[in-house]
Amino acid sequence: MKPLQKSEISSSNDDLGEDVRLELYRLQFLLREAEQRAFDLFLQNLVKGTSHLSLGQEAVAAGFAAAMKPGDLSFCTYRGHAHTLARGVPVEQVLGELMGRDNGLMRGKGGSMHLTSVEHGVMGSYAIIGAHLPIACGAAWRAQYKGQDDVSVCFFGDGTTNIGAFHEALNFAAIWKLPVIFVCENNHYMEYTPIGDVTAVPHPAADRASAYGLERIIVDGNDADAVYRTAMAAYDKARKGEGPSLIECITYRHSGHSRADPAKYRPEGELEKWKERDPVKVYRERLLDFGIDKDVILGIESAIKREVDDATDQCKAAPIPSQDIIMTDVYADGGFAWRN
Amino acid sequence: MAELTYRDAVARGIAQEMARDPDVVFLGEDVAKAGGVFKATVGLYEQFGPLRVRDTPISEQAILGAAMGAAMTGLKPIAEIMFSDFLAVCFDYIANEFPKSRYMTNGQVKCPLVVRTGNGAGSRFGAQHSQSVENWCMMIPGLKVVAPSSPRDVIGLLAAAVRDPDPVIFFEHKSLYPMKGEVPDGEIVDTLGTAKIVRPGKDATILALALMVPRALEAAEKLKAEHGIDCEVVDVRSLVPLDTQTILGSVARTHRLFTVEENPRLCGWGAEIASIVADEAFYDLDGPIVRITTPHIPLPAADVLEDTVLPTPGRIAERVRQSLGS
Repeated sequence: MKPLQKSEISSSNDDLGEDVRLELYRLQFLLREAEQRAFDLFLQNLVKGTSHLSLGQEAVAAGFAAAMKPGDLSFCTYRGHAHTLARGVPVEQVLGELMGRDNGLMRGKGGSMHLTSVEHGVMGSYAIIGAHLPIACGAAWRAQYKGQDDVSVCFFGDGTTNIGAFHEALNFAAIWKLPVIFVCENNHYMEYTPIGDVTAVPHPAADRASAYGLERIIVDGNDADAVYRTAMAAYDKARKGEGPSLIECITYRHSGHSRADPAKYRPEGELEKWKERDPVKVYRERLLDFGIDKDVILGIESAIKREVDDATDQCKAAPIPSQDIIMTDVYADGGFAWRN
Repeated sequence: MAELTYRDAVARGIAQEMARDPDVVFLGEDVAKAGGVFKATVGLYEQFGPLRVRDTPISEQAILGAAMGAAMTGLKPIAEIMFSDFLAVCFDYIANEFPKSRYMTNGQVKCPLVVRTGNGAGSRFGAQHSQSVENWCMMIPGLKVVAPSSPRDVIGLLAAAVRDPDPVIFFEHKSLYPMKGEVPDGEIVDTLGTAKIVRPGKDATILALALMVPRALEAAEKLKAEHGIDCEVVDVRSLVPLDTQTILGSVARTHRLFTVEENPRLCGWGAEIASIVADEAFYDLDGPIVRITTPHIPLPAADVLEDTVLPTPGRIAERVRQSLGS
């Protein structure tokens, strides 16, 4: 999909409309601020364990979330902060979980890689690469079986496309015509290794689509408008009972794979080149080009900054989890007993 | 009361639950139109139709992953993994996904599903289609593990597994499929975590599971007839939850414990039970706890080789006799 040229932009040809654009910007700015804050808190040793940021990839999470309906289900990976926040999960609950506080989404029992909020349709972040693609198929099967019109959306990285579960899930979804959308965030690196070094085709997801009878879809994953339009088409197709979609979003990870990775393997200048196409920065410029008042944009930004600051303060003040939750919820009776 | 094979009991158990609850769905390889590779699911496709009884590709990860996704959003899936050896192909779901979802999400996600699978040896299939792998699953917090030994228990325990809110791995034994047994009419529902004393006795307790239950019973008859030794045989039925009350109660009466396991010796479930009994009922014991198992080897295929390594009634009886010094 060709990026919009500046000369083509004016509010008169704005097919998305101001509300959608402002929402796309709000989401991207929120994801950027919240993840940047997670990084800052990590440097202060307040975020423990590991964390996998998706700085630079905000347009994908924002575009798909803005196009979702309430009741649609998202399945994320361990790099799932953005997808979780984009569904409306409060920043405080996400940061609280990263900080191991009692106000966290799972009261500290899950951690950064397992963010889940069933209430918001966030059906989990899965830390085993590829595990959640078949799981998303199952959720979509339930919708099909029960005649419900929700769609399951499954986000994963380029590295996932070489896992067996990817291929099993794609075939399974295609033959059962399931209302599921597989979204590959191709950020160019499989953990520490360029995806091209370990994959036989240039587009790790899209080039495999035809093997499952699916359309080859590649979208500029740094352009929230393009992502949003593609997402809307895929939701529509799924809701009409026309089956799954596989969408490859081309984007770039600004930071390393995880907190332990300074990403020194990247060629010189690559990051800088991609930062010129920073989705948050580019989208802000586009809003101004469409004639949206700068004060409106500043208002969104300051509200989000305040939200993230408040959430940070609340998390710092939140208690640590109480010891009595350690032995709960292994089994459905609320406990952990395996003996009668 | 009708006489039913273990194989037909599987189909009746699934049908009982599908008829009761429209959220119960069933998927697996060759399970629908073909009626299952062991013919244990014949008639279900015809009775419940293609939306509820579904053939899948040979995609074990997709089968278990889809079962999980369906379970966590409101269905009650029964998934078949044809041979239990293949659980290894999709072990991520068994080890990492089903059992941890509730805990990791602080109770938000529920995973009420059943994985049925053909377990055990006796068919000369060799080392990749004959294993007893219930101990692979027993050690994982969050799973329940069940293995019936009779047609009646297949129905009762399968119903309990389907109605259970936790993920259950349900081990059917391949060599028991042709076995016949009396099954009462009407609905049968058991409780998970209940062992059954299938032969009362006073001189020793023999604990067994699945195919080893009829073999332990045969050994007990032999011991009684030939040596006057009166053994109690306990069918463990469910490894998780484990009915330690019945086990400890039996040991308190007989003062001797033998476990009969089909799985290879190292880290078999009998070791866990031996540890519990040694820890909690040591002074009830009049002698060492004895484990009768398959040696720590992959299973060989040829008749004579496979028969030699599995516990047989003769081997069980001989070990008990030696140990009791009669």
